[in-house]
Amino acid sequence: MALPPAFRFLLRHLPQSTSPGTVSSIFPRLSIPVHRKLSLLFSSSPKPINPPPQVTPKATKENKLVFNKDERLGSGAVSCDESVVNSSTIAAIVTSLCGPPAAVGIVRLSGPSAVSIVGRVFRPASRKKRRRPDWRPVSHVVVYGEVLDSHGNVIDEVLVVPMLGPKSYTREDVVELQCHGSEICLRRVLRACLDAGARIAEPGEFTLRAFLNGRLDLSQAENVGKLISAKSVAAADSALAGIQGGFSSLVKSLRAQCIELLTEIEARLDFDDEMPPLELNLVIDKIQGMLQEVENALGTANYDKLLQSGLQIAIVGRPNVGKSSLLNAWSKSERAIVTDIAGTTRDIVEADISVGGIPVTLLDTAGIRDTDDIVEKIGVERSEVAATSADVIVMTVSATEGWTLEDEKLLERIQSNKSGSSSTPVVLAINKIDCAPSSSYDWVNTLSSSFNKHVFTCAVSGQGIPDLEAAIIELVGLNRISTGGRKWTVNQRQCEQLVRTREAFIRLKGSISEEIPIDFWTIDLREAALALGQISGEDISEEVLSNIFGKFCIGK
Amino acid sequence: MTTTLSLHLTRIVSQFPVPSSLFCPLSSAKQRPQLLKCRLGLRFHVHRCFFASPYATPRRCFSISASNSQGWDKDSDTSNERYDVIVVGGGHAGCEAALSSARIGAKTLLLTLNIDRIAWQPCNPAVGGPAKSQLVHEVDALGGEIGKVADRCYLQKRILNISRGPAVRALRAQTDKREYASEMKKIVESTPNLSIREAMVTDILVGKNDNVEGVRTFFGMNFYAPSVVLTTGTFMSGKIWVGKTSMPAGRAGESASHGLTENLQQLGFETDRLKTGTPARVDCRTVDFSGLEPQHGDEEVNWFSFDPDYHIEREQMCCYLTRTTNSTHQLIKDNLHETPTYGGWVEAKGPRYCPSIEDKIVRFQDKESHQIFLEPEGRSVPELYVQGFSTGLPERLQLPLLRTLPGLENCSMLRPAYAVEYDYLPAHQCFRSLMTKKIEGLFFSGQINGTTGYEEAAAQGIISGINAARHSDGKSLIVLERESSYIGTLIDDLVTKDLREPYRMLTSRSEHRLLLRSDNADSRLTPLGREIGLIDDRRWKIYLDKQARISEEKQRLKKTRISGGDLAAEITEVSGQPVRDSSTLESLLKKPHIQYKVFDKHGFGNDLLSRLDKECVEVDIKYEGFIVRQQNQLQQMVNQQHKRLPEDLDYYAMTTLSHEAREKLSKVRPQTIGQASRVGGVSPADVTALLIILESNRRRANEERRHQMLTSIVADANQEVSEGPLKETTIS
Repeated sequence: MALPPAFRFLLRHLPQSTSPGTVSSIFPRLSIPVHRKLSLLFSSSPKPINPPPQVTPKATKENKLVFNKDERLGSGAVSCDESVVNSSTIAAIVTSLCGPPAAVGIVRLSGPSAVSIVGRVFRPASRKKRRRPDWRPVSHVVVYGEVLDSHGNVIDEVLVVPMLGPKSYTREDVVELQCHGSEICLRRVLRACLDAGARIAEPGEFTLRAFLNGRLDLSQAENVGKLISAKSVAAADSALAGIQGGFSSLVKSLRAQCIELLTEIEARLDFDDEMPPLELNLVIDKIQGMLQEVENALGTANYDKLLQSGLQIAIVGRPNVGKSSLLNAWSKSERAIVTDIAGTTRDIVEADISVGGIPVTLLDTAGIRDTDDIVEKIGVERSEVAATSADVIVMTVSATEGWTLEDEKLLERIQSNKSGSSSTPVVLAINKIDCAPSSSYDWVNTLSSSFNKHVFTCAVSGQGIPDLEAAIIELVGLNRISTGGRKWTVNQRQCEQLVRTREAFIRLKGSISEEIPIDFWTIDLREAALALGQISGEDISEEVLSNIFGKFCIGK
Repeated sequence: MTTTLSLHLTRIVSQFPVPSSLFCPLSSAKQRPQLLKCRLGLRFHVHRCFFASPYATPRRCFSISASNSQGWDKDSDTSNERYDVIVVGGGHAGCEAALSSARIGAKTLLLTLNIDRIAWQPCNPAVGGPAKSQLVHEVDALGGEIGKVADRCYLQKRILNISRGPAVRALRAQTDKREYASEMKKIVESTPNLSIREAMVTDILVGKNDNVEGVRTFFGMNFYAPSVVLTTGTFMSGKIWVGKTSMPAGRAGESASHGLTENLQQLGFETDRLKTGTPARVDCRTVDFSGLEPQHGDEEVNWFSFDPDYHIEREQMCCYLTRTTNSTHQLIKDNLHETPTYGGWVEAKGPRYCPSIEDKIVRFQDKESHQIFLEPEGRSVPELYVQGFSTGLPERLQLPLLRTLPGLENCSMLRPAYAVEYDYLPAHQCFRSLMTKKIEGLFFSGQINGTTGYEEAAAQGIISGINAARHSDGKSLIVLERESSYIGTLIDDLVTKDLREPYRMLTSRSEHRLLLRSDNADSRLTPLGREIGLIDDRRWKIYLDKQARISEEKQRLKKTRISGGDLAAEITEVSGQPVRDSSTLESLLKKPHIQYKVFDKHGFGNDLLSRLDKECVEVDIKYEGFIVRQQNQLQQMVNQQHKRLPEDLDYYAMTTLSHEAREKLSKVRPQTIGQASRVGGVSPADVTALLIILESNRRRANEERRHQMLTSIVADANQEVSEGPLKETTIS
């Protein structure tokens, strides 16, 4: 294996003559493997003349990867860009939700489609910008406008701060929506973003991305590592422990059904001639049933609708029965002026509260009575309008005075106004119970047919407010969900799971009605199963296979 | 261009020391393509000669001389023969490996125990079926052989899953097993650059740097090569069983190979055992077919190969369907204690997709009857393959059992059913290039990696053959990503997942199968085959013309509009949807149940397109929405999953990973994040933790490098040595 001198010369001098000019002139079109081959040859020679050039390790040699490139698809080439670690766009409320509501809260989005997602939910106030079909923000320039939900209703006024990558916290495109600070506003805005295609962020995920994209220094990074692993261990633990209750069992059963259908279909794809034919109608029925279950789950919770629109509760009653006190006690504020003078409240006073996680607007109204005072008269009219349009009416009476003729008249007035939509529930709140003997409430029972519920309250001490909330929750249907289900109603992540599942089922139904071949059904079934199994990240293929072999007699 | 040029140079270098290269042989017509290449390389050679040596120019010719397999080897020392690639085993993996390696231009030696058994089909003589047919199409698209031989030797062909979607449509061919083997043998024997030798390999020769140097045979011959491909099939310490009786054998009547397992174990490889089996064969002349349900082939024959030269129709034979009866079930139930599984003397479980008849009857008690297919094994042999009837019962019970089947009441059995146990090497010991992690230049393919099936073997064979040749040539190795093909999915599964049974390709194993159809196997892989050097100019032109026709036709359908008329009327009737005025043909094709055929019927078709071209057009247009959606999902996933993992990670030191993940990752040593996430027992949380560790390591390394650079600048201020080796770039 003696190397010819010329070769040695070449080897020895190749590394030194690597100034680009000389190499290209000596070796036109010299491709690099040549050099490596030379070096391999060199290092295997018994007496190295030079310190052996570094032999490329095995793995880096395997650098010829072939991705899915279907020439017929034209632009279908899939490239591998290492810098983009995450291609999903995440969103979360990044300001604290605990404690008293802040003036401003922030929803942050990060990811490649952050801008396009915000473009879908955000309408700039400026007419000029509005005319453009797609929103193209200038980085680090604040834009004022409104956030719309999927139906085009305005949810909140916001300031949008676009920070395009890499000049952002995560080095991805980041958009921050500065909303009003109430939890309800923030949740609605977040929800709109999720509907538009964002994914809710895992705990610490913004920081994780910042780190993975090279944004934090090493010591910070190690802390992030600990944080994330602690959190994911906790998450894994809780996932393992198996959260009991409605939502998780629903998800489990839906997922099992998806897998079962996949099994039925795929067994026939792989073992065509050994299986009895698939009863398509049964499959279609099952899919229909699952979609219904998902819809029910989303519907029963009523969460979607209530979260979108919230509840309006009008507090009505004669003057001076303590409506304003009730509002103040309920909203834990001094929103309304309270005096002993009947007719203090002239206009409608609003207060935002949250009942069972649902945004509620309380409307304190002027006491309804016949009056000559022009201002008060307008107030009374407004009260009636408010009562007409409210979702729930809380009719307040004074415990000390009992049920009066005026109350009777008022009830009639409300009921006549409501004749069109008689379903509006009316709760009777017997206020000022602290001032009346407890024995004198016999009249309440005689009225039970006129009201959906009655509660005893004391606005001064706050007594009875929980009862009032409970009554309202029951009336709007939130009580129909089991405790487990309730957990889900407040968990955006799980809601998102169901929404994705529903989308998959709806596409699946489309495929069925268009009579697309059955293999295409598996695409959306898999997606549904994936959406439902996201927490555990299980391998569907393996599960389907073992099901196939367990369930069917196949094989040759 | 670059590819060819570098190939020549390195080939010259690798064969440099051999003086015999001065013999310039005669070239036959078959070798012309290579001469052509040689000419292409000429310009380069001139430059080469300047620096290397005047011997260089005739070197190129040497590799052609070596190609003459019939005794043209001029090596002076015949006991130490040198090759570029040695392939051990002449089965379906070995043939593809040897052929691809030789065709790329590597001087290749195929060692087999018995030359007469090259490309034997010891089990069901059939090629294709769901998922497997995709493998065959893909191998063909890369320039492999299995599809062409199956197209040439078919007895019957059928399309399965015809109405279930383009991604699962599968071609299955019953083949003539004698003809298949002899056709493949002819091809192997006549391929330039490829030599064949009967030998039993007992040792892998390993060099100082844990690199393979060659193999040693039982009779003491050493063959040298920088790349060795092992495709030992069921032969490594093979043992066959009929009932309770066993004998060492790779297949019935063929001796097993001994010694290699021990040698591999000494080299540090982990080995394990798998079991598979084959049913009895009966004499078709003793079967009464009159009462059996015949199963005919398709009238319109389809093809595995994309090369129209191989689309030659021939007369088809019929398969027959029979069923197990009460007496079958009774006989089995009475003799369960005689079967290996239920008698309790064999623990190893057979593959789940290939259960023995006793397994089916025990596990599915409520099923009164099971389908049994009778399939001819050839035009010139009387043997019938009894599909679905493999059994572990002793031979004396097998004939009575067969005779319980309708039509087989008086049959005579030609070969008994038997099971075979053999050594395999869990494939997590291989990279996705199929090169082993331990020994550089050693490749495994086929059943040695734990798979089953001719198609799976061929798929691995072509990849290992390509990579063995490239390795011997100092080129980067080819890895087919999981998402690129069924071949990629197969190999990714093999090297990542924990196998407990022989691995068979199934459609449900592929997550994005809509993109991995048989109709687009060529547009996915033929450009790669061309780049590697397995697709010649003729095939390449056929390919380009086809793609051009398809894309022109798609344009035409986009532009052509119709209003009313017969076509619109028929489409309205078939699809149940109205046809608006001046609809494009494209939009019509997207309607339910509308096929391209209807255009032909009403004179809107395009005669320039073949039936297969039209199918491609139809699929592309009809399912465009789904295809684009999957493509987008894939794109998202790819970004995340293809992040590479360094090879030297110490998983045990990563305290943020779960214990199970640490253990599994250390064992499998995945190459990418995506692969890591598919390793059993690795949770999404582990993957996140892994990402964090990787990034931390990268930062640390950066800092160290900066530090080192600073110190080295100070130290080596006077030296003008540029340290780093030339950066390797991939050919494009």
